[in-house]
Amino acid sequence: MTTRIVDLRKGVLEKNDLLAQSLRAQFVRANTRVSNWVSSPGSGKTALLEALLTAALAQSVSAAALVGDCATDNDAKRLERSGAPVRQIVTESMCHLEADMIASYLDGWDLDTIDLLVIENVGNLVCPTAYDLGEDTRVALLSVTEGEDKPAKYPQLFHSADVVVITKTDIATAVEWDRLAAMAAIRAVNPTAPIIETSSRTGDGVLELLHMLLAPMPSNPSPQLQEAP
Amino acid sequence: MHELSVAHAVVSTVVDALPTPDTRVLQVRLRIGELSGLVPQALEFAYDVAAQGTPLEDAVLVIERSPIVIDCPSCGEQQIASAQDFRCPSCQQPCGNVVGGKEMEIVDITLDDVLVGGVAR
Repeated sequence: MTTRIVDLRKGVLEKNDLLAQSLRAQFVRANTRVSNWVSSPGSGKTALLEALLTAALAQSVSAAALVGDCATDNDAKRLERSGAPVRQIVTESMCHLEADMIASYLDGWDLDTIDLLVIENVGNLVCPTAYDLGEDTRVALLSVTEGEDKPAKYPQLFHSADVVVITKTDIATAVEWDRLAAMAAIRAVNPTAPIIETSSRTGDGVLELLHMLLAPMPSNPSPQLQEAP
Repeated sequence: MHELSVAHAVVSTVVDALPTPDTRVLQVRLRIGELSGLVPQALEFAYDVAAQGTPLEDAVLVIERSPIVIDCPSCGEQQIASAQDFRCPSCQQPCGNVVGGKEMEIVDITLDDVLVGGVAR
């Protein structure tokens, strides 16, 4: 038997990555800012997202959300209370969202009329990390009820985050949250991402997060910034 | 547990690269970085499932692990880092500039040439 070795050198997720790049180009053309929210189940993603969408609409920012879950449209129903358009992606057994799901669920939405699109990924700290959805900002969330060492346990996600959001800070004292230990754990795997501390209940940090998600992209600095020494 | 999705992606990428649909694949070699979030054992298990009924059914999966490599701006050197602490082992400065370890790549495939095009070569 003769054998032949063929060099492939192909990314395993190349199909997803190519589709994500095409989505990203669409978002940039439409001037739509897109964030991909990843965290464990129960970290308070949906509550924070509801507060963020409500704050966005109050500031006349046109916001919309895609929300992924293995089953039920409970989260979409909660988010619809904000008044923003919301679509639920039910993944059934899938533990993460992929770019083709985003493409198909955007169908019929006019991106030109959406300033801010938030994608709430399936609650999972491992699998969503590998899949580019075309977002400009990946948000990793960590609630004060989780261990402060979670970034050390899931370094892939926290390393890949553009913004790290701490949630449920209103109950930090009650659960003996060690803020400094958490900050150190985040910084060990991600020395540069901004860290925003939030509470959906009090509204702390919600506007700061909204402004960050809408801020000019750091990768596309304005000409003035480029000329600065 | 996204290993099953990844295994399906491996199978479909390899099948697309075959010269003819009846080419038998003997081996698939992957390079999987330590920051990819993939567990090799889980990927092997998922691959066995995903390869069933395809030209990869009998192909051996070889998984090479690649370490996390950071490019330290302080000391200007590339270093192997731990997944729990992206710190330059030389100068101890925190460093997020990862240049290796995220790989999820099909390096090469070994084909049974006898059956390429149904003609022995």
